[in-house]
Amino acid sequence: MIKVANICKSFNGKKVLDDVSVTFEPGKTNLIIGRSGSGKTVLLKSIVGLHEIDCGEIWFEDLLFNRLDFRDRKEVRKQMGMLFQGSALFDSMTTEQNVRFPLDMFTNQTPEEKTERVNFCLKRVDILNANKLFPAELSGGMKKRVAIARAIALNPKYLFCDEPNSGLDPITAILIDELIKEITEEYNMTTIVNTHDMNSVMEIGEKIVFINEGVICWEGSKNDILKSDNEILNDFVFANSLAKQLRSSEKQDG
Amino acid sequence: MQMIKFLEQLGLYFILLKKVFSKPEKHAIYYRQTMHELVSLGLNSVGIISIISFFMGSAITLQTAYNTENPIYPTYLIGLGCRDSIILEFSSTITALILAGKVGSNIASEIGTMRITEQIDALEIMGVNSASHLILPKITATLLFNPILTLISIIVGIIGGGIAGTMAGVITAQDFIYGIQYAFIPYYITYSIIKTLFFAFIITTISSFQGYYVSGGSLEVGRASTKAVVYSSLLILVFNVILTQLLLS
Repeated sequence: MIKVANICKSFNGKKVLDDVSVTFEPGKTNLIIGRSGSGKTVLLKSIVGLHEIDCGEIWFEDLLFNRLDFRDRKEVRKQMGMLFQGSALFDSMTTEQNVRFPLDMFTNQTPEEKTERVNFCLKRVDILNANKLFPAELSGGMKKRVAIARAIALNPKYLFCDEPNSGLDPITAILIDELIKEITEEYNMTTIVNTHDMNSVMEIGEKIVFINEGVICWEGSKNDILKSDNEILNDFVFANSLAKQLRSSEKQDG
Repeated sequence: MQMIKFLEQLGLYFILLKKVFSKPEKHAIYYRQTMHELVSLGLNSVGIISIISFFMGSAITLQTAYNTENPIYPTYLIGLGCRDSIILEFSSTITALILAGKVGSNIASEIGTMRITEQIDALEIMGVNSASHLILPKITATLLFNPILTLISIIVGIIGGGIAGTMAGVITAQDFIYGIQYAFIPYYITYSIIKTLFFAFIITTISSFQGYYVSGGSLEVGRASTKAVVYSSLLILVFNVILTQLLLS
């Protein structure tokens, strides 16, 4: 379980997160949704410690993460995997070396064991025959898959995904969403996904948190989201004309 | 306001150095990275340093010859002048300025690109000390290899001077060889190597600092790269004066 309590974060005097409190449930795909610039990425990066928060608490189980020193944080971070918006694969390394990197860094496995694990992770994300390719030679979808393979190489307890399907076509985006959901269930991870894609919300959202201007406006499940009477949430959810038409026809019917 | 900004940057620089000089996570990876940097930052600079040193030595010899066209001065002094100019100043300082341009911009843009594409964040998330992992091998590699580059520069520079001098007919080969051996002070080599070590540290850490704290996009990476070259060059010149006073007085 990851618990965030009353956290605040400002940049150059501008408040980006204002008294945010939320609990992310274990073994589920938790979604943070909101408009661009609403504070989703800052919230996610604050949770993982890439941004130091101004106030509040971040708990990983019974560990107060934001008060831990570098050494203790490192131990918690070994249990984290993260998928970045731009994949963040190491340019100078091949696909295989990227996935192998955390194993080289933090395990004492033999080269054979590492190779076996790398191949397993790459197979799990359906990347075949691309071991020797560099990130520049991969498509956007493949990069995301390799990034997922790297994120799961150490069997993490927590998976963080920042806009995992940005820049992908709708079909690849769904495949990536499904992969994240499957892996979450398979490894019983606590997954937090940042997105503004409503398809993702309806595909994989088990717990959904809506953030607007740095404040949590709504929490619920994907079944609740369509029935909510929160105006700001509805403006976001039914932003496109197709969704608007569907909603108005539903209202007329019902 | 400028002063506060400067002190803030200075503080950040020392915080980064503190992060850099921590125990490597895995010695095998550190060794591998250092070897990679030795090739990338050191070995790949041998060509450019040799070419520049050759022509620098040639020019120094010819200039010394044309400025000492006096029967009172023995011609072997041209060789001596060429040797001392190269050892004392050119091979360490000019080589460092060239490396500030070549290696400094390379380091700043590499680390800066890693920052803006979140590769550094990815390292941090894994629990890797990104500063130490990325910068320490570069510092080690340049501290190990730049003195070798300086020695190569000295040798090639003197050879260049000898070839240019004899080809232009301003000095005979015998006189030049006698000149470069005349009143040789071995400490000058030590002095040159000490300067090189300081300059290598300045180039690597200043350039890494500029790249590591970059924020924004490709434009900012370009700016960081320019700043790395400018600030490294300025500091090299300042430390050149300080070290000369400290080591030769």
